Amino acid sequence: MGPTEVLVLDAAEMEAALDSMAHRIAEGSRGGAPLRLVGVRSRGVPIAARLAEKLARLLGEPVPVGALDITLYRDDLGSGNRWPVLLGTEIPFPVDGAEIVLVDDVLYTGRTVRAALNSICDLGRPARVRLAVLVDRGHRELPIRADEVGLTVETRRSETVRVRIRPVDPADEVIRESHPSNPEAAR
Amino acid sequence: MISPPPAPAWNRKHLLGLEDLSREEIVGILDTAESFSEVSRRSRKKVPALQGRVVFNLFFENSTRTRTSFSLSAKRLSADVQDFSASVSSLTKGETFIDTAKNIEAMGADVLVIRHPTPGAPHLLSNHVGASIINAGDGAHEHPTQGLLDLLTIRRAKGTIEGLTVGLIGDIGHSRVARSNIWGLLKLGAKVILCGPPTLVPRGFERLGCEVAHHLDEVLPRCDVVNALRIQIERQQRGLFPSLGEYSHFYGLTQDRLNKARPDLLVLAPGPINRGVELTPEVADGPRSAILDQVTNGLAVRMAVLYLVSGKGDAPST
Repeated sequence: MGPTEVLVLDAAEMEAALDSMAHRIAEGSRGGAPLRLVGVRSRGVPIAARLAEKLARLLGEPVPVGALDITLYRDDLGSGNRWPVLLGTEIPFPVDGAEIVLVDDVLYTGRTVRAALNSICDLGRPARVRLAVLVDRGHRELPIRADEVGLTVETRRSETVRVRIRPVDPADEVIRESHPSNPEAAR
Repeated sequence: MISPPPAPAWNRKHLLGLEDLSREEIVGILDTAESFSEVSRRSRKKVPALQGRVVFNLFFENSTRTRTSFSLSAKRLSADVQDFSASVSSLTKGETFIDTAKNIEAMGADVLVIRHPTPGAPHLLSNHVGASIINAGDGAHEHPTQGLLDLLTIRRAKGTIEGLTVGLIGDIGHSRVARSNIWGLLKLGAKVILCGPPTLVPRGFERLGCEVAHHLDEVLPRCDVVNALRIQIERQQRGLFPSLGEYSHFYGLTQDRLNKARPDLLVLAPGPINRGVELTPEVADGPRSAILDQVTNGLAVRMAVLYLVSGKGDAPST
């Protein structure tokens, strides 16, 4: 038996969640510093791009998007069998003095966010950094919380939350996967 | 901005030469190097990836730029770096090469970067120590990171390597840079022309799939890229060519010769260059020269290689 999939957000619900996040990001902006989005690779980047389109309409000016590869800052680098492939960091604007919104798909242990903060701060000194995530699934291992959350989902540690988003995926959806505790016995 | 297609995962513990690598592995290193170029452009040029790892430079032959480049690359990855020069070591007291390496490994070295006058020395070492080995030049055999940085420089300038005609000029027979270039360029789909005096460009290279030529004025107009290899002055004393002046007359890259080449010809030279011998100052400092880009790209390539071999070093040895 494969994993059981539960649909958490469909395309329309995801669109609504992103709309609401964009509004709150715009309202929460203090002004005085240029607003910039930075997506954490890989799914954080298309989410940031989607939010940036909405923010541009709300604010009447373009909101540039960067992509952050946190691999070189991971605290578990080298603990696996395979060395992760680098996708590269591309930040096409100065980080110094900017109001940065870090964007990721799922907030879980908080370790990715810790790595992303260190990485961003190596690139410059932002005026302010906020965190926006599409899904908060709990189970934090570090004192980190998001400023803007699309949806909070109760999960078990054994479960996986998978975000699919166009154009990198065929459709917009969020799935919760439950894995049988013993795959061998379940077969 | 959306993720590029990921490079294939690297699965090797050592980098001994380009001859053993597949086209996909070479492309994977170059793509990884592109990520590290971004690190080198930051004002704070350092990432924590290799924190706590120890990289030893074991140089049994003189080198300034390669050793410096490896040291700086390792430091940019936050590794600890230690230099070891043969001239000041116990080698002069009779310790064997492998014993020296084992001693260094006992100090906790994770990566050994080795340059040695004997071809195959890094391969030998890889059978005797547990650390990752990176070949930084073994005799006339290979200098893989130089080959890789030449490939990266060409790919960045031309967009691709497939289908290009690349001329390697000068002392091919004694050159590890030439061999690493040949393997890398052929695997990535370039046509390679080797050009120099017959004493320095043996016909045997045709067996690898290269064209062998002796008249630069005939070869140059066909090239998209030329790599002017360093003439080792000591060769001239062994009578392999009559004089530096004569070498320069027939094989030196001059502005006159460049005027008859393609307007977008890219000029590489592995350095250290002998100004007025392999190329004139006008060419070395001219708009088609990528000599300083090569040095910058060398850092990115060495960071990529250190990163990749370090990953495999962590895998359980099965």
